[in-house]
Amino acid sequence: MTALVLVEVENGAVRQASRSAVAAASRFGAVDAIVFGDGAQAAAALPGVTRVLSVPGLVNDLAEPAADLLAARAKDYSHIVAAASATGKNILPRLAGLLDVQPIPDVVEIKDADTFVRPIYAGNALATVRSADSIKVLTVRGSNFEPVAAEGGSAAIETIEAPASEKSVFVKVELSASDRPELESARVVISGGKGMKDAANFKLLEPIADKLNAAIGASRAAVDSGFAPNEMQVGQTGKIVAPELYIAVGLSGAIQHLAGMKDSRVIVAINADPEAPIFKVADYGIVGDLFEVLPELEKAL
Amino acid sequence: MTMKVLVPVKRVVDYNVKVRVAADGSGVETQGVKMSMNPFDEIAVEEAVRLREKGAAKEVVVVTVGAQAAQDVLRTAMAMGADRAILVRTDDTLEPRAVANVLKAIATREEAGLICMGKQAIDDDMNATGQILAAKLGWPQGTFASAVTVADGRIEVAREIDGGTEVVSLTLPAVVTADLRLNEPRYASLPNIMKARKKPLETVEIDSLGVDTASRLTVVSVAEPLERKEGVKVNSAAELVEKLKTEAKVI
Repeated sequence: MTALVLVEVENGAVRQASRSAVAAASRFGAVDAIVFGDGAQAAAALPGVTRVLSVPGLVNDLAEPAADLLAARAKDYSHIVAAASATGKNILPRLAGLLDVQPIPDVVEIKDADTFVRPIYAGNALATVRSADSIKVLTVRGSNFEPVAAEGGSAAIETIEAPASEKSVFVKVELSASDRPELESARVVISGGKGMKDAANFKLLEPIADKLNAAIGASRAAVDSGFAPNEMQVGQTGKIVAPELYIAVGLSGAIQHLAGMKDSRVIVAINADPEAPIFKVADYGIVGDLFEVLPELEKAL
Repeated sequence: MTMKVLVPVKRVVDYNVKVRVAADGSGVETQGVKMSMNPFDEIAVEEAVRLREKGAAKEVVVVTVGAQAAQDVLRTAMAMGADRAILVRTDDTLEPRAVANVLKAIATREEAGLICMGKQAIDDDMNATGQILAAKLGWPQGTFASAVTVADGRIEVAREIDGGTEVVSLTLPAVVTADLRLNEPRYASLPNIMKARKKPLETVEIDSLGVDTASRLTVVSVAEPLERKEGVKVNSAAELVEKLKTEAKVI
C-alpha cells in the first residue's frame, strides 16, 4: 500500500501539520507527497517520502484543479492524506466527492488501515469508524501525530502540469503579518477571551508571549466581539492546538473552545470567576482580575 | 436577477447542550435533548435571505434531509425569511456523501443557481458535505466564507484560511459554505414565525429520488474522551511561574 500526502510548504519550509500528516501516512506503507506551487525540494527532504509529485503551476491551492489532479492520480494509492488545515479541509472532501468516497476528517488515531478515531460533538465524544471505501481520503490532526523531521530524506521529484481552472479564479490573499510562531505548532499558546474587554487589551498578552515565544490565540467569543481576527480563533470551529503550555486568560471555557485546546499538556487559567468551566480542565488556576494578574505574570517570568 | 438560492440545513443537538455518550457506546444520547438548527446553517440562511433582499436572488429554498421532526428547522428558516422548504424524509442517519447525493438531486430539480450552506454541522463535525456536493455537481466552491458578493454572473467569496483571508471569484452556479463571520443571523420575530407556518413545505420521500444513500463508514464505537483532572489554584503570578518551572517543568 502506498499513501499520497498533500504537503503544504510555506516560505520554503514544510508546515509542521504536514510533517505530522506524513508521519501518520507512513503507518499505511510507502509515502508519496504532492506539493502545489513551489516547495518540492522541501518535501523531498522529508524522511520517509519516496517520491514527490510537484505541481509548480498550481500556486494558490485552488480546490477545483487540485482535486481534479488528485483524482487523476488516486488509483495508485490506498490512502490520500492531508493535514486538517484550511487547505486540507477545502481540497480533500472535494476529492472524496470526485472519487465518490466518504472522507474521514480530523483523524486523531489510526487503528489500522481501515479504522480511524475522530472526535465528534466538539470533541465530547470519540468515534471509531471503519471505512469500506477502496481509497481512503482522510485529514489528520497535527497535534495527535509526532511530526517527521524536516530533513533527512531524498525523494525523487516528478513534475506535473497543472490543470486549468476556469470556474474558480484566485483574486487575492491577505495574510496577517506576525513574527510569532504558528498557533498549531507553537510550544506555548496564550489566549484571550471576552474578559479582555476590548481589542486594545489584547496587547497585554504580547509581552508575555514575547517572553515565552508563544503564539497568541483567542476564544470564539473574543473573535465574535471583534477583539481579535478569526485566524486567531482556537476551538471547534477554529484551530486545534495542543501545545506544551496553554494559558487561558479571561475566557470562560465554553465547550467549543475546550474542543480546541484540551489536549494541551499543561493548562493555566486566569479568570475572575472561580466557577468558570475553564478551571475544570486547568492544571493551575489563578482566580483574579486579569488586568492585575497579567502585569504580575510578565514581571515574574 | 432570477437566481434561486438553495440552502441545505440540518437539525442537530443544540450547541449549548453537553452531550453524553450512550452507555452501550453506539452513539450519543439524543433522547429528550434540545435540538436546533445547526448554527452555521443559520448563517447560510441569513446570507441567502440578504442576497434576495439586495435583489441578487429571486427565491430562497431551504432543504433538509431527515425525520419528520426536522420540519421545525425548516419552519425556523422560513421564519427568518426563506420562501419555501423541502423535507427529504428518511429515518436513517446519512453520511455527507449520501446527503450530497440527495442534495444534488434536489439542486438539479430546482435548477438552483447558488447553494449556500453551513461549513460544518456541529454534531459529526465533518466539514465535508458542501465540498462533496460541489464536486458531484461539477461546480466551483467557496468554502469557509466570511463575505460574498454576487455580480455579473460570478460570485466573489472571501475565505477564512489559516493565515488570514483569501478571495476567490467563482462562476455561477457555485457552492458556498458559511463561516462564523459571514453575518449575524437575525432572530425570527413572532409575526414572522406565524407567517412561516403558512409558507409551503413539501415532503419528498427519499426513495423517490433514486439516489445512493448507503453508508461507507461503520461506527465501531463511540467513547467518552479522557477527562482532565481539575488542578490546583495558586495565589499569585509568582507562585504560578514557580510551579510551571519546578513542578510542571514546562518553562
